[in-house]
Amino acid sequence: MGAVVEAQNLIKHFPIRSGFLGRRVAYLKAVDGVSFSVERGETLGLVGESGCGKTTVGHLVLNLLTPDRGSVRFKGVDVRHLRGKALRALRRNIQVVFQDPHSSLDPRMLVKKTVGAPLAVNRLARGAELVQRVKAMLAEVGLNEEHVYRYPHEFSGGQRQRIGIARALITGPEFVVFDEPTSALDVSVQAQILNLVKELQRRHGYAYLFISHDLGVVKHMSHRIAVMYLGIIVETAASDSLFAAPLHPYTRALMNALPEPDPARRTMRALLAGDVPSPVHLPPGCRFHPRCPEVQGICTQRAPELREVKPGHRAACHLYR
Amino acid sequence: MSGPNEPLLEVRDLAVQFFTYQGTVRALEGVSLSVARGEIMGLVGETGCGKSVLARSVLRLIADPPGKITAGAIRFKGRDLLTLSRREMRRIRGNEISMIFQEPMSSLNPVFTVGSQMLEVVALHQAVGREEGRRICVEMLRQVKMPDAEQVLAKYPHELSGGMRQRVMIAMELSCRPDLLLADEPTTALDVTVQAQVLAILEGLTRQRGVAVLFISHDLGVIAQLCDRVAVMYAGGIIETAPAGAIFAAPRHPYTRGLLHAIPRIAARQESLAVIPGSVPSLVDPPPGCRFHPRCAERFFPCDRVVPPFYEPAPGHRVACHLHAGEEGRRSWERS
Repeated sequence: MGAVVEAQNLIKHFPIRSGFLGRRVAYLKAVDGVSFSVERGETLGLVGESGCGKTTVGHLVLNLLTPDRGSVRFKGVDVRHLRGKALRALRRNIQVVFQDPHSSLDPRMLVKKTVGAPLAVNRLARGAELVQRVKAMLAEVGLNEEHVYRYPHEFSGGQRQRIGIARALITGPEFVVFDEPTSALDVSVQAQILNLVKELQRRHGYAYLFISHDLGVVKHMSHRIAVMYLGIIVETAASDSLFAAPLHPYTRALMNALPEPDPARRTMRALLAGDVPSPVHLPPGCRFHPRCPEVQGICTQRAPELREVKPGHRAACHLYR
Repeated sequence: MSGPNEPLLEVRDLAVQFFTYQGTVRALEGVSLSVARGEIMGLVGETGCGKSVLARSVLRLIADPPGKITAGAIRFKGRDLLTLSRREMRRIRGNEISMIFQEPMSSLNPVFTVGSQMLEVVALHQAVGREEGRRICVEMLRQVKMPDAEQVLAKYPHELSGGMRQRVMIAMELSCRPDLLLADEPTTALDVTVQAQVLAILEGLTRQRGVAVLFISHDLGVIAQLCDRVAVMYAGGIIETAPAGAIFAAPRHPYTRGLLHAIPRIAARQESLAVIPGSVPSLVDPPPGCRFHPRCAERFFPCDRVVPPFYEPAPGHRVACHLHAGEEGRRSWERS
């Protein structure tokens, strides 16, 4: 089956301007050559620490940012060339759920208007039919019909995130980006939302790009996972394969740093020293080498390519040549 | 005075209320907790359960108004902190009990260098000259494994990363050699790899110096990796206390069990996560009886009427849940 969404060699550098004339003094290399594809009914998890560029990747795929280079194809069509009607159709088919359910909903809009907005904008429904469809959508995400005439402040964080999900899914998209959808929620509520998101995919076959900093959450949600570090994908594999045998030293360090809720196994180890370097002044060679516990001579000189080490399991590291 | 077996800190039946326009928020009710010398005690709970209020109450940092400690006692080294004068309390803060907050940027002054802020703390608590003070600061920074300790003194807080700022805070707080450190979500704002570094430093230094820690977190993983004993809070009360091994291997309260099953883990395969239905109740108008009963799958007749007392199903394992009541407990429900 063909990919629903395919990203090829995405590059996005943000200029840093300074001084009176706003000269470009440097570039922040947020995304520096990222490729992936997502199929129908599949979830690709994108995991990495703050500043690694995962949200920028999300925005590029959503066509909210234009890449400097590279392309995003939706069902084989390069989205950059779409205009007018075709672009509107694309926006219907690609939707997003944001992290913070408090700031992503308009406090002065009734739920009816918030969730119904995609229908109204795309002229898919109006009047009584729109209200009907909003009610049906609310029921599907576990809210009640009478919630239609309420404001966001009347809901808890978890309920607000359900509203955000309803708004994203009401146009029947084929592809949905989740950008840290549960980071602002407590674990007991997070579990409710994660189960819901999974169940909706099982029912409707959506393709998901699931962005998170939490490896546990990403593992639970994803079929395949891509690990990002400083603007590039350093390792990508099927979820089981990645957790059974992580290849890249960064992935291994990330897993070891994760505190497991089990005091019998003091697993948490700080394998990495120091902080993530600035994406403005990238280290030469492999961008992970200053923190890498297994650094070799070549790492400081040449950047490793993302290559297949085992079937379906790719890593960008000189350890696997 | 304090005997050798007396806990360093003992909170008994503490109640804190906030008087707001929406009504009286009963933030803490009947909270009892103890921390032994040199122990790392974990306090875990979800947003709004009152864990930070508890830590602030120990240092008497509850803003009054709107807040007020309405009942209970906080005994530290045999003295009740709630009866001390402001001056006596000021001598305790920093010297004997210090505190680290979640966001180190808001605990550091942005317009002074790290060095001048550290020197101020050192000068306030120890009688030393400038040169000696500076030497102490560098030594402190080395102990929290700060790279280029000398240079860091000349930097401003915004020039440091989140992890480095939190190390500066740990260095400052431990410099006064307190007996108790209150750590309120100190690594929540950090990435996991940096969190692991900071926690290793915090655990190493406090264990080595015998400093007791009350470690507050919403993250059961962090609590499991760090703490000797754990107290679980829900909606303004402690509902279960036990040694860390016991609480994770055999949790007794339905809420604790629910929380543990709701975490997506990398070491296990879970098709769907266990869910605690509903959300946390309002503390203006909390549910009667057990505050957890509206969300509890195992509730039975006394739960919505009788506030559960603590039962001790195993030594050192205390749980506030009617499921663990013996014959005596059952008789008391019949009376009420």
